[in-house]
Amino acid sequence: MPLVFEWTLALRFLREGGMQTLLIVAGATAGISVIVFITTFLGDLQDDLVRRTLGVQPHIVIRAAEEVSRPLAPPGPDLALSQVQTRTQRPRSVDQWQALRDQLERTPGIRAVSPVASGPGFVARGDTSKAVTVLGIVPAPYAAVTRLNEKIVAGTLQLGPGDVLVGLDLAKDLGAGVGDKVRVSTPTSAGDAYRITGIYDLGQRSLNRAYVFVALPTAQALLALPGGVTSLELSIEDLFGADRMAKTLQAGMPHEVESWMRANSQLRTALNNQTVMTLLIRFFLALVVAIGVASVLVVTVVQKTKEIGILRAMGTSRGRILRLFLLQGALIGAAGAVLGSLCGYGLTSLMSRFVRADDGAMLFHAHVTPALYGYTLIVAVLLGLAAAVMPARRAARLDPAQAIRL
Amino acid sequence: MTAPVIALAGIRKTYNAGTPVEMEVLHDVDLVVAGGEFACLIGPSGSGKSTLLNIIGLLEGPTAGRYDLKGRSMQSASDDERTRARLDTLGFVFQFHHLLPAFSALENVMLPGLMRDGAFTEDSRARAGELLRAVGLAEALRKRPTELSGGMQQRVAIARALVLSPDLVLADEPTGNLDTHSADDVFALLRQFNATRGTAFLIVTHDPRLAARCDRVIELRDGALVSDRAQTPA
Repeated sequence: MPLVFEWTLALRFLREGGMQTLLIVAGATAGISVIVFITTFLGDLQDDLVRRTLGVQPHIVIRAAEEVSRPLAPPGPDLALSQVQTRTQRPRSVDQWQALRDQLERTPGIRAVSPVASGPGFVARGDTSKAVTVLGIVPAPYAAVTRLNEKIVAGTLQLGPGDVLVGLDLAKDLGAGVGDKVRVSTPTSAGDAYRITGIYDLGQRSLNRAYVFVALPTAQALLALPGGVTSLELSIEDLFGADRMAKTLQAGMPHEVESWMRANSQLRTALNNQTVMTLLIRFFLALVVAIGVASVLVVTVVQKTKEIGILRAMGTSRGRILRLFLLQGALIGAAGAVLGSLCGYGLTSLMSRFVRADDGAMLFHAHVTPALYGYTLIVAVLLGLAAAVMPARRAARLDPAQAIRL
Repeated sequence: MTAPVIALAGIRKTYNAGTPVEMEVLHDVDLVVAGGEFACLIGPSGSGKSTLLNIIGLLEGPTAGRYDLKGRSMQSASDDERTRARLDTLGFVFQFHHLLPAFSALENVMLPGLMRDGAFTEDSRARAGELLRAVGLAEALRKRPTELSGGMQQRVAIARALVLSPDLVLADEPTGNLDTHSADDVFALLRQFNATRGTAFLIVTHDPRLAARCDRVIELRDGALVSDRAQTPA
């Protein structure tokens, strides 16, 4: 049914409403643009916050399972274990990591997989010696996982056999720059002199002092892990689905799988609170928009009582009057969604241009996500319809004889 | 005599039934109006004229009695069936013309066609234009109701009441708020459509001058029919 009658009258009534229609569409636009803005903003901001806080931590880490103590005899009726000493954990390789990496790379939802060999070590130059974590990486996949390539402030992300990458603050502590040599050693190796090919800045002093990056084979030699890696680091599509993904992966392997959410539970709690808050704000904004639309439609029904009466007398059914007002609500919602999406997009673009982080990086990126706009349109139309239910029922129930007499 | 369009028998209407302010406004009214008649309903204020017209127009139901519209009983009709019967059989002209201000004169006259067909058809456009020319508004097709005088608006309302060729047009004080000159013009139009199209009219009026120009005068007093006589119009 094309509903020509309902469409014709709904559009005419809205046009006739003039200022009244303009005001309520403006109200719906304002509410919806803020909802769109907050939604885009929140996603980008949380992404950014997580990226900055995690530094070079990946979304998911797969490590060799921790070693457990195995008693020589199993406890039984005549043997009780009064004390079990936990074992020390030494760097151990993930078993069959090449095959596992290939398999993970084919898993949907996983963006990049990077093998890493890491362990404790020292960096020394002259009299200064600093304790660090030595990370052996393959630059290309590692950059794909952690975006380390974006954090290089001097030199390049290139790691040959004799190259090392240090953080900005560590470089300062050592008084070294790109091209200078430093000594990297570990408990298992006296080490060697390495040339600094690049300096990175993660935006946090403690992180900038914590890591030195060397080529994977170099680290394997330094850490006495020939051919092995201590972890596989993953970046995934859905940042906030890391826990679920980790659980799924865990089910299929003997290794330990940990998501950033578990490793940073406080950050996660803070983000969750933020998500709940914005959800509440969006809900109440939607409620305010709906109440606004409903109140304007109630006024319209009162204003048009006589016309509704005459339409009913002329032979318009209750159903048509009901649909006529529901349609007006839906149209206001749709207009609010289209204009609100445009304003929301404009607002986000504006913010992304002017609001930047200290390092000049964009805090948010005005993602054009058609899904968000489609979703907004559907929700706004449903919101308008819901808001119109009460006024429309009131209009449909009007007694034509009374309405005309008024 | 042609077949009756409406036939009322023993119609009663009680307001506030079962309360201390219960009031019967129509007592046992019998009335038949045949196709092509030109009748008027007169009576003092509060005699129940409007209530009777609303019952005939299916805008409210009687408390008791039998009402047949074109031979079909209307007592147990649903709201949708009554709505449909109004659209197909009846036309309304009210004292305060009640045009829709958001639509032009032509569109107002096309509205009943839109209700019936669910679309604006070329046919309904042609019929609406033709009727507006017949009521002397050839120049005002595109004008909004607010741009028209009271007499012109009432003529648009008459065109609208007639556009679907109803069997009976119910008019409640159609000239009530018009000056004498316009009132005469509007009344002449009603007579003209009665003569040329054979549409029956039932007109509620206070005006003895107009009553004198009808073929039949039905008088209502205190909710009961007190006289019903045919006459030669003045």
